[in-house]
Amino acid sequence: MKALVWHGTADIRCDTVPDPTIEDGRDAIIKVTACAICGSDLHLYDHFMPGMKSGDIMGHETMGEVVEVGRDNKALKVGDRIVVPFTIICGQCDQCKRGNFSVCERTNRNAKLAEAAFGHTTAGLFGYTHLTGGYAGGQAEYLRVPFADATHIKVPGGIPDERLLFLSDIFPTGWQAAVQCDIQPEDTVAIWGCGPVGQMAIRSAILLGAKRVIAIDRVPERLTMARAGGAETIDLDAESNVVAKLNDMTNGKGPEKCIDSVGMEAHATTSLDAIYDRAKQAVMLESDRPHVLRQMIMACRPAGVLSIPGVYGGLIDKVPFGAAMNKGLTFRMGQTHVNRWTDDLLRRIEEGQIDPSFVITHTVGLEQGPEMYRTFRDKQDGCIKVVIKP
Amino acid sequence: MSMKRTVNPRARSAHDTLARGLGWFSIGLGLAEILAPRALCRALGMEGREALIQAYGAREVATGAAILMSHDPTPWIWGRVAGDALDLATLATGFEDDNPRAGTLALATAAVAGVTLADIVCVQGLTADKRLPPPGTYEYHHRSGFPGGLSAARGAARDFAVPRDFRIPGPLRPWRDGRPADA
Repeated sequence: MKALVWHGTADIRCDTVPDPTIEDGRDAIIKVTACAICGSDLHLYDHFMPGMKSGDIMGHETMGEVVEVGRDNKALKVGDRIVVPFTIICGQCDQCKRGNFSVCERTNRNAKLAEAAFGHTTAGLFGYTHLTGGYAGGQAEYLRVPFADATHIKVPGGIPDERLLFLSDIFPTGWQAAVQCDIQPEDTVAIWGCGPVGQMAIRSAILLGAKRVIAIDRVPERLTMARAGGAETIDLDAESNVVAKLNDMTNGKGPEKCIDSVGMEAHATTSLDAIYDRAKQAVMLESDRPHVLRQMIMACRPAGVLSIPGVYGGLIDKVPFGAAMNKGLTFRMGQTHVNRWTDDLLRRIEEGQIDPSFVITHTVGLEQGPEMYRTFRDKQDGCIKVVIKP
Repeated sequence: MSMKRTVNPRARSAHDTLARGLGWFSIGLGLAEILAPRALCRALGMEGREALIQAYGAREVATGAAILMSHDPTPWIWGRVAGDALDLATLATGFEDDNPRAGTLALATAAVAGVTLADIVCVQGLTADKRLPPPGTYEYHHRSGFPGGLSAARGAARDFAVPRDFRIPGPLRPWRDGRPADA
């Protein structure tokens, strides 16, 4: 089959690889009908996340039709249409029973690696380093879904793939980011980053009833899309002091809730701390660039909440933790507990409350995948979200 | 709603390919400067500058390695442009009346000027690749994502019950009448 394969930094190729096979009774194989490139795939593309090996298949936003089912899998049958959550879950461990699916205790087959890196294992993920299991990803013609009797979202026919695909990651991720804020009708929610997750967080905050949503970015078309979704915007190219601007917009109080939809690869602006991060990263003294995290801590209203869906992978430096402590801020973060939210979100899609396909700017075949990684990373050609139809 | 695009991967990666070529060139030149400084100085009629040539060689190797290892070579190509200026200034000091190798030196200077031009073309291309389009280039202002319209969407999910483990602590919630609202 054809698949997008990681070969090294900024080197992803459309290769021919062996078809997946059933390896366990709980497995299923799907024929992929649609998949997408996620912003967090760019951390792998740029090789800021450790644990990739040449030959790894990319992709963790996937849906398709079940074509083969393991003998112990009683939940699925051939022909079922499913969206595959990016977190692989067993559905049986203590964390899964609590709904903390992203920290499933059983599905990371490289648990020892994760324990060394994070202290404890987290869930296995599709196409996302050997720290999270080294599972083949879904930017391919076929995908083996391990623990498939729990790791799936059944979806009905009659709704286009484009409306359902993002149940795999970015829609529940934006939703959880907003839910972590426990949004109140009086709240102003500031959202850093207007990429796909930021756009979903904006819509989620609007749906959940935030009084105001303020989105922060520097890419014109992303700011335009943010405004279309109901956000006021701050253009980083026009506003150098984001904290002062947020104070101006909120009568000096600051936003009650802040969402970091950027994560470890905050854009290297002309600010001193961003240059400092780039220099430390270049000599491997820091793995992540926490520019947004610093800004959120300073901007957030005292006793406010910081919600962090943006991915961090390792070590950060010069974070004003004194400000965070003295302001009494609450931090909520984590990979998304996808299946915890998807029944509710599927209903909202079916009822027409939201259509997540608004974010798609490019639809291509697998062969064009490698180039679309570059286009997406460099924010060229108005690219916000790439869907791949194998 | 989505747009199908056709992208030419070769056209988009041309400047990166040039950057990689310059990276390898940098390493090759740098190794020559480190390993054969005496021969280079003799050929250019600039004897006595061997230590300086070796230092430049180290700079070339470091810059070349950084270009090849970095996912964005732009700042390192700028570094090469600065290094080219230094090289040209150093070569200029060799044009003395009594330099018997003035012809070779002139050729070397012309070669460095040519490489400088390639560096500048490369860095301008890389910068242009990353330049953001002017506002209004992409018309996304109709993409609300709310089929029923923005007004209807505001607060439409207030029926959602935030799970207990996702609720913020009572003292941090809005207060009404001296107690947390909806506590």
